Amino acid sequence: MRKMLAVISITMLLLTTATAAFAAGTIKIGGLFAVTGPASFLGEPEKKTLELLANELNAKGGINGSKVEVVIYDTGGDVTKALQLANKLIKNDKVVAIVGPSTTGESMAVVPIAEKEQVPLISCAAGIKITEPVKKWVFKTPANDHVAAEKILIQAEKLKQKNIALITVSDSFGSSGREQLKQMAAKRGFKIVADEVYSPKDTDMTPQLTKIKAAKPDAIICWGTNPGPAIITRNIQQLGIKTQIYQSHGVASKKYIELATPQASEGIMLPAGKLAVFDLLKSSDPQAKLLKDYNTSYKKSYGVEASTFGGYAYDGFQLILAAVKKGATTPAQIRDGIEKNGRLVGVSGIFKMTPADHNGLDLGAFEMVRIVKGDWVIVK
Amino acid sequence: MELLNQVTQFVISGLATGSIYALIGLSFAIIFNSTGIINFAQGEFVMLGGVLTIFSLNVLQLPLAAAIVAAVAVTTVIGILFERLAIRPLKNATPLALIIITIGASILIRGVVMLLWGKDTQALPAFSGTDPITVAGATLLPQHLWIFGVTVMVIVGCRLFFNHTISGKAMRACSFNRRAANLVGISVGRMVLFSFVISAAVGSLAGVIIAPLTMTSYDVGVMLGLKGFCAAIMGGMGSGLGTVLGGLILGTLESLGAGLVSSGYKDAIAFFILLLILFIRPQGLFKKGETERV
Repeated sequence: MRKMLAVISITMLLLTTATAAFAAGTIKIGGLFAVTGPASFLGEPEKKTLELLANELNAKGGINGSKVEVVIYDTGGDVTKALQLANKLIKNDKVVAIVGPSTTGESMAVVPIAEKEQVPLISCAAGIKITEPVKKWVFKTPANDHVAAEKILIQAEKLKQKNIALITVSDSFGSSGREQLKQMAAKRGFKIVADEVYSPKDTDMTPQLTKIKAAKPDAIICWGTNPGPAIITRNIQQLGIKTQIYQSHGVASKKYIELATPQASEGIMLPAGKLAVFDLLKSSDPQAKLLKDYNTSYKKSYGVEASTFGGYAYDGFQLILAAVKKGATTPAQIRDGIEKNGRLVGVSGIFKMTPADHNGLDLGAFEMVRIVKGDWVIVK
Repeated sequence: MELLNQVTQFVISGLATGSIYALIGLSFAIIFNSTGIINFAQGEFVMLGGVLTIFSLNVLQLPLAAAIVAAVAVTTVIGILFERLAIRPLKNATPLALIIITIGASILIRGVVMLLWGKDTQALPAFSGTDPITVAGATLLPQHLWIFGVTVMVIVGCRLFFNHTISGKAMRACSFNRRAANLVGISVGRMVLFSFVISAAVGSLAGVIIAPLTMTSYDVGVMLGLKGFCAAIMGGMGSGLGTVLGGLILGTLESLGAGLVSSGYKDAIAFFILLLILFIRPQGLFKKGETERV
């Protein structure tokens, strides 16, 4: 661990000294990601994406004649470190905007600094409270959880499923989903007949599911990230429950189908970010080309498929770039530029930032998909 | 009737999970009995069993049986290295220091596995299909039968080994009184090594047979290790039936608690019971109090 840290710090040192040779007129963008630690599945692709984009852009000659330089720090998912590093980015590195942090907790901690120092912060975390209520200097790129929840409930409404059962993970992702689902279900006239939770490390959910089975729901909505939902899917098959299952966007990857096995996951529906199903999109879809290009160049550079999480950083970078393209150079101009930019096609969806909405995504950010024979099929 | 069916399912699910805890608990107890150390890297042996089997199966392309044998063998070697490199050089260390060392080792093993195989969860295919079996209105999977079977085999094996072989008796002698055992010519050092071998083998075997059900990743060992530890404590750290019953009771209570009370408090219920037992019967549920002779 220490060795790795040493290596990281040396590379950072090299990076900063190397770029010091650059002529004036570089645009410095900060990155604040949980590259190591428990949230590294978020931070790692985010960091890689930001580096990839900057390299690609500079290879093409930069933007408006100036190069882009990214300064990325690893927060380790630690709130205190995120705070310190955000200060460092603003005061020492003098970045014009920051992409990140990766998690909601870190983002909320960094928000006051961004507000005080007046530097635009584009968070890569999903928590709704980051941009609601709207803060002048803070934006975020992932769609709100409630958009995914709404997507599921709209689908359930279409299929006339009235009584729903919830099974959610007891971490922040699950409890946020549970809250949103309950609120929206009440508004839309659903009846919640069972409301069960499980811990992220649980290995058997048959007790919860037995209870759900007895409540006879029309649909089961599961909200969590792997491996929980995969275990639940297998448990449901074991118990012989035939109810329609909805999963959250948290498992919108092939890994979920692999873990849950294609037989057990047959027919399950879930809202997926478009990156997960980019090859199924119609070529007329405005995001189709962008998603394909992103995935291709990510795969070329790092040998793995691009992930939705990396997409959050992608969108943050593009938002800043769009503002810069229109002549913004100072943090204040970039902030105004992002807000007034209008429509921007990104990985997570089509952004339309306004002074009242600093996320700018709507239901179109997700595509409802069904699992058929181990693959995604878009639900019409 | 509905409720009865539900309770049967809770109990059966609980017993299945409980056997996993029992197996892990047993491997805790084996090391404790010959060294007085609580090996907190035990959960990592469990994790290694699963991860290495998947590696041998997918990357080395071994057949399942060979992959399992390879995984158990490699984990056992790691157990031996662990004892040789981290436990033996510190001959006169206090048990507390040794326990801290095992915690360090667990973090190290976890880190290495994470760097080598990444953070993704992986699943092993079930040994004999995934068609559920119905028992008295409740269902379980063929894999559960494997778990029950292996648990029974390990218990019987332990019993025979500790009561009917010279090595087993020597290990028990070490646990009663190391000095006296040494005086009658038992090599205590070798017995300690032996206990690590058995415990790593049992732990990794547990990891292998549960991997198709619970899936595995570099960090599954933490919670499983903790639950196995609870089982061992409930059984009074004995390497026999006590620990197994401890595991089964823990699993069943968890499952009943989640089903009948609230799933939000599932782990809290388990750990509350552990605390209760430690307060009321610190020597374990099934052990008579021991008197120290001076």
